[in-house]
Amino acid sequence: MNLNATLFAQIVVFFVLAWFTMQFVWPPIVKALDERAKKIADGLAAAEQGKKDLELASQRSAEAIKEGRVKAAELIANAEKRANQVIEEAKKTAQAEYDKIIANAKNDAEQEAIRVKEELRLKMSELVISGAEQILRREINQQNNADILKQIQQAL
Amino acid sequence: MSAEHLPTSGEYIVHHLTHLNTTGEAQKAVIDWSIFNIDSLFYSIVLGLITIFFLWKAASKATSGVPGRFQAAVEILVEMVAEQAKGVIHSEQSRKFVAPLGLTVFVWIFLMNAMDLLPVDLLPNIGQMFGIHYQRVVGTADLNISLGMSISVLFICLYYNLKIKGVNGWVHELFTAPFGNHPILWPINFLMQLIEFASKTISHGMRLFGNMYAGELVFMLIALLGGTATVFGFLGNVIAGSVWAIFHILIITLQAFIFMMLTLVYVGQAHEGH
Repeated sequence: MNLNATLFAQIVVFFVLAWFTMQFVWPPIVKALDERAKKIADGLAAAEQGKKDLELASQRSAEAIKEGRVKAAELIANAEKRANQVIEEAKKTAQAEYDKIIANAKNDAEQEAIRVKEELRLKMSELVISGAEQILRREINQQNNADILKQIQQAL
Repeated sequence: MSAEHLPTSGEYIVHHLTHLNTTGEAQKAVIDWSIFNIDSLFYSIVLGLITIFFLWKAASKATSGVPGRFQAAVEILVEMVAEQAKGVIHSEQSRKFVAPLGLTVFVWIFLMNAMDLLPVDLLPNIGQMFGIHYQRVVGTADLNISLGMSISVLFICLYYNLKIKGVNGWVHELFTAPFGNHPILWPINFLMQLIEFASKTISHGMRLFGNMYAGELVFMLIALLGGTATVFGFLGNVIAGSVWAIFHILIITLQAFIFMMLTLVYVGQAHEGH
């Protein structure tokens, strides 16, 4: 362990190396490190933002689904009500039609009955008259009894 | 080592602990400012250049995108140093110099320490083939290198003391801290401050030197064990060598880290008043 001038040379070398590192080595590496740290921080922030957006979107979609369900239920309820209404109306219309048809039929039947009765009465009166005529022709003067015949005819 | 006579254990160790210096033989005086240790300077500068080349290579291709493995490795180092510097030095302006300094010091000392893991005779024997008779490859096991670095750190501390506190503020602190402002205490305070700076610097350099010097010595002793060419010696060399080398991986990293941390701490202290 002797001391000699190597000491001074080493001091010079020491400062040269330290200066070189300070000038050319340290700044670019530290700059790269800082930039990477910033990139990572930005990336993390972006990921956080994305997560938040996703949360918001899923919340919104859940709301939309809920709203859609309510609307659909409303629509179905309305449709059912409407269907019931239509059926009710159809029933009413059918009932009215039925009543009308029945009434018409009754009416027709009555008219027919009246007509048939009238016909029958006429036929009957003709028959009676022809019968009485035949009887009277054989026995009495037709003219004398004409008022009576008329009376009978009217009573039938 | 010449082929005609095999060295004794003592000669082997002494030979391995002799620097290749500008005189060509072992330094006699403890301090002789006219001599340079060529081997220490060579390995220190070469490894220093490798350090900055390797760091510069990473820096020149640094991207904020996905980093490659090499870039990621350098980034781990940079972030480690930056994190430590942030904890100790609160001035951002000073960190622009001190943090890169810490990084350089860490990688550089780590590489110099790691030379210890090469077989102790490998590079000296290669040197021998080219007529280089002495060679020590672990730069930090040379007191000149480790003290040189700790004295550099002292200069930086003095610079920041002046810069942050101003001439008046610092002189005031030199004479009034740590005991207080009283004419009788002034010399005592000043003496304490001098001792503090000296002890910080010397312990800073000596700690690294001592650890690496001792580690190198143990590797040499283990090599001597293998040099006996007996079964016991061979097994001893393999087992002890492996264990010590694995343990030394921890030591070289730890010492590099400690040196870097103390550099940061001392510079941080220069920023704070007592």
